[in-house]
Amino acid sequence: MFDSPVKLALGLFTGILFGVLLQKGRVAKFEVIVGQFLFKDWTVVKMMGTAVVVGAVGIFALVTADLASLHIRPALLGGVLPGAVCFGVGMATFGYCPGTSVAGCGEGRRDAMVGVLGMFAGAVLFVAIYDLLEPAINFVGDWGEITIPDITSTSPWLWVSLLVVASVSAVLFDRWYSRRNSLRLPHNIESPKAPL
Amino acid sequence: MVNPLSMTSWSPYVAGAGIGILSWFAFASADRPIGVTTAFKYSAALTEKAIAPDVEQSSEYFAKKNAEGKPPKIDWEWMLVTGIFVGAFISSTISGDRVASAVPPLWRRRFGDSVSKRRVAAFFSGALMMFGARLAQGCTSGHGISGTMQLAISSWIFISVAFAVATVTVWAIYGKEGADHV
Repeated sequence: MFDSPVKLALGLFTGILFGVLLQKGRVAKFEVIVGQFLFKDWTVVKMMGTAVVVGAVGIFALVTADLASLHIRPALLGGVLPGAVCFGVGMATFGYCPGTSVAGCGEGRRDAMVGVLGMFAGAVLFVAIYDLLEPAINFVGDWGEITIPDITSTSPWLWVSLLVVASVSAVLFDRWYSRRNSLRLPHNIESPKAPL
Repeated sequence: MVNPLSMTSWSPYVAGAGIGILSWFAFASADRPIGVTTAFKYSAALTEKAIAPDVEQSSEYFAKKNAEGKPPKIDWEWMLVTGIFVGAFISSTISGDRVASAVPPLWRRRFGDSVSKRRVAAFFSGALMMFGARLAQGCTSGHGISGTMQLAISSWIFISVAFAVATVTVWAIYGKEGADHV
């Protein structure tokens, strides 16, 4: 019924830091999430991209040093694909994702609180009809808990390096592009929304 | 020096790097990736068990999870979700970044002032989002951040499809008119 008290305390500690980072990163806000999909506010992509690149370097370093192991979700396409479609439509309408909706509740957002109740209802429905869903989820087949290095038989460091190079290039391009635009359009007001 | 907690926002690169480093900590200290929606599923399963105890015998879901040695419980991730609420509350209270309006301005432009309309939509879209996350076994955190950083195939597929579908949906709802008023 319960994890050990130490593990529960670690979870709470990690969660509090995560909540502070989500709130300070401004992704607990409807307009920032929807603004990303309207291509008007790039906070979500900047933040997720940085988290993934920084995280990947450390995780694979820990795994290489035998201090951690990977935890991969199976590539079960019968679940992943319809799941992603439901998720995308839901997130776009709601304006929060699961983690940021909980952070939005902490920020005092009432629509996020109602949505979190809805999320609980969605989870209840999932568990209740799981027996009906299971054949469909497994219908297309399970590729297992595979990674990009597994299927290409390459070192994970190749892909981690590619991620680092791609993200640094993207940041440099963004800086160059916005500087060029602000020089060309002296009357253009800089967006105050995305501080660098 | 200014207390960073009293600032209303940090650079997305700083916040993102913080989440990356927090992932190292989660892997190293608890042997767990950061994720959110499994905790909702466990809460749902525990609630169903409390209301109808024999569901544990009759449902394949419980049989499968028990066989995997992963019965629903109050676990590390459950406390993580609690912590997200606490952390965001502390952060927004110290910086004074708390909202008053019940209906986000962009939503209001498109659907009007009705609070109940916004809340009904939030309830059902939240339910749909969670249902999708459980089908796919992950969300923006579990797949989008934790899974992609481990280079998982399932996660790169999930986040690409989910964000593409979300983009189409948002443009279908708000269109160019909305995009000009973000």
